[in-house]
Amino acid sequence: MDFRSSEQALGPRSEDALPATATAAVKVVIVGGFGVGKTTLVGSVSEIRPLTTEETMTQAGIGVDDTLGVERKATTTVAMDFGRISVNDELVLYLFGTPGQQRFWFLWRGLFEGALGAVVLVDTRRLEVSFDVIGRLEERGVPFIVAVNTFPDAPVYPVEEIRGALDLPESVPIVECDARLRDSSRDVLMTLMRYLQSLAVPAGAS
Amino acid sequence: MSGARDWEANSPERLYVITGGRSGSSVPATLDLVTLIVAKSGPRHGMQPEHAAIIRLCQSPLSVAEISAYTGLPVSVVTVLLSDLLRDEKVMARAPVQAARLPDRALIEAVIDGLQKL
Ligand SMILES: Nc1nc2c(ncn2[C@@H]2O[C@H](COP(=O)(O)OP(=O)(O)O)[C@@H](O)[C@H]2O)c(=O)[nH]1
Ligand SMILES: [Mg+2]
Repeated sequence: MDFRSSEQALGPRSEDALPATATAAVKVVIVGGFGVGKTTLVGSVSEIRPLTTEETMTQAGIGVDDTLGVERKATTTVAMDFGRISVNDELVLYLFGTPGQQRFWFLWRGLFEGALGAVVLVDTRRLEVSFDVIGRLEERGVPFIVAVNTFPDAPVYPVEEIRGALDLPESVPIVECDARLRDSSRDVLMTLMRYLQSLAVPAGAS
Repeated sequence: MSGARDWEANSPERLYVITGGRSGSSVPATLDLVTLIVAKSGPRHGMQPEHAAIIRLCQSPLSVAEISAYTGLPVSVVTVLLSDLLRDEKVMARAPVQAARLPDRALIEAVIDGLQKL
C-alpha cells in the first residue's frame, strides 16, 4: 500500500503556496518509458518537491457488490508526477511526467488537451519505447522536442543518428541532457519554448 | 484532513461514497488539471469532509492536480467535488490558458523570460 507522507497529506508548506496574483496556468508534458528520468527532470526544475496524482483505470464491471449496490470493478492505479515553476506573479507552468507505454494512454486525455507541448525523454538503450509515443503525438498534433537523457553506461550516438532511428524531420529539435541538473533540465524546457516560438511565427514572416 | 486520509485505499466503493456515485462525466468541461482553484471563504461546519479539505487547501490558489495530490484522491473524484463547490460558489476557478492551434507568442515569451530567471 502506498501511503502518502504526512507532509503531502497536510497540504502545501507555506512557502509552496502560490501568490494570490496567480491567475493563469499552462502545462508541459514530459513523456517517456519507465526509468528514463521523467521524475528526475521534473524534480530538478520544479520549485516544489514533485507531487503525485493518481488515477484509477477501471475495467468494466465484474459482478456486483450487493451490500453497497456498487458495481465491483477491477481497478489499477497509475501515478503521475508533476512539478511547478512560477513563471511570473501571474503565470504558473506545470510539468507533468507521464509513462509512454500504450497502456497508459488513457491518462493522456485530460493531460495533452491545452498543453503547450511535450518533451519526449529518451534513453539510447531503449529508443524503441519512444516510437509509439512519437507517432501518437504527431497524430494528436502536439508539438514536441526530444531530449536524450545521458546515462553513463548508455551508448552515445550522434544526434543525426538518433533522428534517423526515430524517423524525425529536421525541424524537430533533439537535445542531450542530464535530468539531474537543474540547468540542463531548464535548457530542455527552453528548447521546447523556442521551438514553440518558431511554430508561432507564420511562415514567411520575420 | 484526516477524513480524506483515514480511508486506506482508493477503492471503488470509497470513491463511490465520496462522489455520491457521480462520475467525472457530469463535471463541467472547464476543469483542467491546471485550472487554479481559490476558496471564497473558510470551511463550514457540517460540510462533507472532502469539501472542507479542499476549501482549506485552496486558501491560496492551487491547481486541480495539486488538490488531487494533497487529498490523495484521483483527479476524476476531485473534479466531481469541485463541481459541487463551484455550484455552491464556495470556490472560484481560474480557467487555464488554452494553447491555441498555434501557440500564443506572448505566452511563450513570458515562459521563456521566467525560465531565464531560474
Ligand atoms: N546517470 C544518470 N542517472 C539518471 C539521470 N536521470 C535519472 N537518473 C536516474 O535514473 C533513475 C530513474 O529516474 P526517474 O526519474 O525515476 O525515471 P522515471 O521513471 O522516468 O520517472 C533514478 O535512479 C535516477 O536517479 C541522468 O541524467 N543521469
Ligand atoms: Mg517517475
